[in-house]
Amino acid sequence: MGDLGPTAASRAGLRGWLMADAPADAFQARCQRAYLAWLAFKANPIAMAGLVIIAGLVVMALLAPVLTTTDGVAQNLQNRLAPPSAEHWFGTDQLGRDIYDRIVWGARITLYIVGMVAIIVVPIGLAIGIVAGYVGGLVERALMRLTDIFLAFPRLILALAFVSALGPGIENAVLAIALTTWAPYARIARAEALTIRNSEFILAARVQGASTFRILKSHVVPLCLSSVIVRLTLDMAGIILTAAGLGFLGLGAQPPTPEWGAMISTGRQHLLDQWWVPTMPGLAILIVSLGFNLLGDGLRDVLDPKSGS
Amino acid sequence: MATTAPPPGGAGARGSGFDSTPVRVAREVAGVLGALALTFLGLTAITFFIGRVMPVDPVLAIVGDRAPQDVYEAVYRELGLDEPIWQQYLLFMADVVRGDFGTSIQTSKPVLEDLLRFFPATLELATAATLVGTLVGVPMGVAAAVNQGRPLDHVLRVVGLVGYSTPVFWLGMMALLVFYAQLGWTPGPGRLDVFYQGLVPQVTGLLLVDSALAGDWTVFWNAASHLVLPTVVLGTFALAYIARMTRSFMLDQLNQEYVLAARVKGVPERVVIWRHAFGNVLVQLITIIGLTYASLLEGSVLTETVFAWPGIGQYITTALFKSDMNAVIGGTIVVGCCFVGVNMLSDLLYRLVDPRTRG
Repeated sequence: MGDLGPTAASRAGLRGWLMADAPADAFQARCQRAYLAWLAFKANPIAMAGLVIIAGLVVMALLAPVLTTTDGVAQNLQNRLAPPSAEHWFGTDQLGRDIYDRIVWGARITLYIVGMVAIIVVPIGLAIGIVAGYVGGLVERALMRLTDIFLAFPRLILALAFVSALGPGIENAVLAIALTTWAPYARIARAEALTIRNSEFILAARVQGASTFRILKSHVVPLCLSSVIVRLTLDMAGIILTAAGLGFLGLGAQPPTPEWGAMISTGRQHLLDQWWVPTMPGLAILIVSLGFNLLGDGLRDVLDPKSGS
Repeated sequence: MATTAPPPGGAGARGSGFDSTPVRVAREVAGVLGALALTFLGLTAITFFIGRVMPVDPVLAIVGDRAPQDVYEAVYRELGLDEPIWQQYLLFMADVVRGDFGTSIQTSKPVLEDLLRFFPATLELATAATLVGTLVGVPMGVAAAVNQGRPLDHVLRVVGLVGYSTPVFWLGMMALLVFYAQLGWTPGPGRLDVFYQGLVPQVTGLLLVDSALAGDWTVFWNAASHLVLPTVVLGTFALAYIARMTRSFMLDQLNQEYVLAARVKGVPERVVIWRHAFGNVLVQLITIIGLTYASLLEGSVLTETVFAWPGIGQYITTALFKSDMNAVIGGTIVVGCCFVGVNMLSDLLYRLVDPRTRG
């Protein structure tokens, strides 16, 4: 028994460093917080299920050349519409392309769309919301009016109209989705900025002569991030569904591209006789957007103690 | 019901009763109307912008590409294209306010007339789907909240998330595959079988209402059977959202002290849940259902495509592929206005009825 109580300092290993009672520096403290969040996250089966799905998606996208035998675009007209078999797990489509291969390659497109939307939406939303919340006054009212207008817009119809004006294609679909998605982030960022605008650590930073930009960048933005990440994860599913919907209508990714929604669209005419052609990509969309929803739900429980249980 | 339930945050915390003085109502209505007008302006500005960046030359669309130069220029001036951009926008606004969206290329009828003809189908579908979503989703959400943390809660949560994650157009195709092609339980796409079409006079455009008014029950049942699949498919999405929100609203209430007090007092659990707690979430729920309804009006685009449902969503998408810009812009504005309108209405209702939002 006497050997069981080593002091906290001598407890070796990464785990000991992560669980130390008194972190030595800011970096260690940050790592410790992340580790604790991870422990809470790991205990949540729903969130873990989501994480596994999304990790699978990323692995699929990264290892696509290894996981497939074709590039997903080359046609093989001798082998059209073959049912699922040992050789073609999900069957082949109307141009003889292996559906499994196309779904694996499509993972890259899905990640590309989701990533691009996030890259556009988060900075815009954060910038507008934080400036509004921190500056206040007339600026705030004008920016929030703009946000409200975008919030009240019908998203799918506007995305449709945008894509039709800009021309079909993945990039335009991304732009259209981004334009109709940024508003909630501005709302979140403003709310966070409002609550900390008058807090003492901001005042302290200002007294020390920090510029407004610096305060916003290194004090306000980090505090908004957790709510933004939760919201973003939950939005991912919606983004995927909208992109797939645009692809289905023929306004998103264009034919040879193995985008899942477009695959459903071209497979639609084979629904009754070759059910696997539209069914498989649909399942892929369902699983991935479910993954993002599960992950977001779990992340909210962990990162955002205000809502949830 | 909302007024009979105890006020949240401790009984008697708020002395005043149900305040609906005309001044307050007027102020709220004015605020919402102002927001509505601004949103409407933004919506038209954006659709106007979309119409401008369209690669289609509006003059060529009218005169054709063989028209002589002077005709082209006359039409160019007539359309106001030589005016500065803000004047063009004003001209556009003036037309929109008069309900003049121009003529559709695909039907060669005024766009407004087309929209009025296609709208009832969308309305019928969205209404039915919202009803299904509410009737199933609300009890589901309440059950999940009451059983918080138990297996039933987790099952309902996952079911809701799956409903939330399913691509609606794909679900529609799967439903057609199974229930129409394989089992033969439901009729195929469309609103009516071919031989029933045009049998009842069009009054409201809602087939169920029209056939009931005409007393033609065979048409009624045919229309109803056609409505089942698209309703279930669209309703799944509504259900998932409504159940999720109901659960979280109910949890907020069930954790309040007045619920504990009622339980201690020996009030039956059924009454605690449905009268006390549920009574207090009713207003929030109505707002959510309103939002769902608005998004279904808009979101039925994909469902309509799959089920060949002759609604406004299908009208807009077919117009898109024919570069029929008048129809697209008109449709976008009309659907957008419905969406914005329903949103604002539920917002207004919430502010007027719920005492907690009172400043």
